[in-house]
Amino acid sequence: MLFIHIKRIIRSGYHNFIRSGFTSIASVLVMTITLFVITSLIFVQSSLNASLNDIKEKVDVTVYFIPGADEGEIKNIESSLENLPEIREITYTSQETALMNFKEKHANDYLTLQAIDELDENPLGASLNIKAQDPSQYEGISKYFESDNSLSRGALTIIDKIDYHQNKIVIDRLTSIINGAQRLGFIVSLVLILISIIITFNTIKLIIYMSREEINIMKLVGADGKYVRGPFIVSGILVGIIASLLTIILFIPISIWLGNQMTDFLGINLYAYYKSNFLQLFIIMLGSGVVLGGISSSLAIARYLRK
Amino acid sequence: MIYFNNITKKYKDISSLEDVTFSVTQGEFVSIVGHSGAGKTTLTKLLLAEEKPTDGTIFFESKDIHKLSKKELTKLRRKIGIIFQDFRLLPNKTAYENIAFAMEALDKEDSEIIQDVPHVLELVDLTNKAFHFPHQLSGGEKQRLAIARAIITQPEIIIADEPTGNLDPINTNEVVNILKKINDLGTTVILTTHNRGVIDQVKKRVITLENGRVVRDDKDGKYMI
Repeated sequence: MLFIHIKRIIRSGYHNFIRSGFTSIASVLVMTITLFVITSLIFVQSSLNASLNDIKEKVDVTVYFIPGADEGEIKNIESSLENLPEIREITYTSQETALMNFKEKHANDYLTLQAIDELDENPLGASLNIKAQDPSQYEGISKYFESDNSLSRGALTIIDKIDYHQNKIVIDRLTSIINGAQRLGFIVSLVLILISIIITFNTIKLIIYMSREEINIMKLVGADGKYVRGPFIVSGILVGIIASLLTIILFIPISIWLGNQMTDFLGINLYAYYKSNFLQLFIIMLGSGVVLGGISSSLAIARYLRK
Repeated sequence: MIYFNNITKKYKDISSLEDVTFSVTQGEFVSIVGHSGAGKTTLTKLLLAEEKPTDGTIFFESKDIHKLSKKELTKLRRKIGIIFQDFRLLPNKTAYENIAFAMEALDKEDSEIIQDVPHVLELVDLTNKAFHFPHQLSGGEKQRLAIARAIITQPEIIIADEPTGNLDPINTNEVVNILKKINDLGTTVILTTHNRGVIDQVKKRVITLENGRVVRDDKDGKYMI
C-alpha cells in the first residue's frame, strides 16, 4: 500500500507541475535565480580566496646572515625553524647563490659588476627566506630570533638583520585587509543567500495560496493530510531539480567567458575551477534546490491542513 | 442518522441560523428550501464540519461531528458525498482523474479504480469526455462529473448544495433525475435549492428555512414560500 501511495503522490505531483504551466515556469525561474546567486557567491568566494592567497604568497620574512657566517650553523638554524608549526616553507640562499642572483639582476649595470669583481671577498651574506602559514604569524617568528634561549648564542651573532621590522606596516595592513575581506565576503554571501531563500519561499507560498480552494476540495472529498500535502511537495522538489539543471547549464557559457576574459583580473580561471569542481557544485545546486523546494512547499501547505 | 439539535450559527452578530432542529433518517430524500441568505449553505457547511456552530450540536449516527479529531473527521467525510453549486472540481485533473482521486483518497486498489471509474462515467453520460479537463466541460457536464465523484465511493449520504443553481432547465432536470436514482438505490440525499421546479419534480420531504429558522417541515412537500 505504501508503494501505491508513493506512486500516486508522485504521479499527482508531476501532473500538477506539468499542468500548472505558467505558475510552474514562474517558480522554476525564481528558484533558478536563487541557485544562480548561490553559485555566483561560490565563484566570488573562490576567486577572492585565490587573490588573497596570491597576496599572502608575496608576504615573507628574510633573515640575512653576515658574510662569511658558517654554513653549518645556518643549517642548524634552518632545521630548528623547520620544527615550528607556523612555518610553511624555508628557502636557503647560500652566499654564492646570492652573488649569482645579484649579478643576474644587475646584468646591464657594468659598473656595479666591475666593482663586485674588484673585491676579493663575496660581500653578500647567506639568507633564509621564511614563509608562514598565515601572515599574522610573522611577528611571532621574528620574536623567535630575538629571544635568547631558543637559539644558541653563536647563532645570534651571525645574524645580520631580519627584514620583518621594515615590512611590519605592510604585513599588518595586508593581514587586516585579508581578514576583513574574508569576513565581509562571508556576511554578504549569507545575507544574499538568505534573501533569495526568502523570495523563493514566498513564491511557493503564493502558489500554494492560489491552490487553497483545491486543497479544501481534496479535504472534503476525504483525502487525508499526506494525500493533500504529498503532491505539492513533489511539485516543489521538481521545481528544485529543474532549476538546478538550468543553473548548472547556464554556468557553462558564463564560466567559459569568465575564464577567457577575466582570469587575470580574478586571479583564477573560473572555467577550470568549474570543470574541476563540477560534480561538487552540481550536488550543492541539486541539494539546495530539492531541499528548498520541498521544505518551502511543506511549510507553506501546513497552515491549510490544520483543520 | 443525522440530528440537528438547536443549532444556532452567528457570523459576528448576525444570525445565519437560529435554533434549527430536525433529523434525517436513513434512505430519506430531504430538500431544504429557502431564499438566498436563508441559511441553506451554512447548514451544509456545518454538516461537513467546515464551520462550527455558535450553539447546539449536530450528530452523525452517534457522533457529535464538531468534537471529532482530524483523523475521525477525514473518516466522516469519506461517508459523505458532496455536490456544490460551483462544482469544485480539481482544475489540474481530467474528468477521469477527478473521480479516481476520490477513490485514491479512500485507499482503493488500482484494479478497483480501473473498473469503477468508467462505469460511473457511463452512468452520468461522460464516457467520451473522460480525458477532458474541467475547463473544457460545460456547466451541466461539470455538475454530472461532480455527481460521479460524489457517488463513486458509495457514500451513506449525498449532500447537494444548490446543485442546479448554475444550470439550464434541461441540465437541471437531468441532475435531479440522477439524484432521485441515487436515492432509489438507498443512499440518503440532502438537497438544498431555491428552484421551485426542482422541488415539484422530487415530490419528497421539504424543510423550509426563512431567515435562519425552520418555518415548515412537510412530509410530501411542495415549494411554498
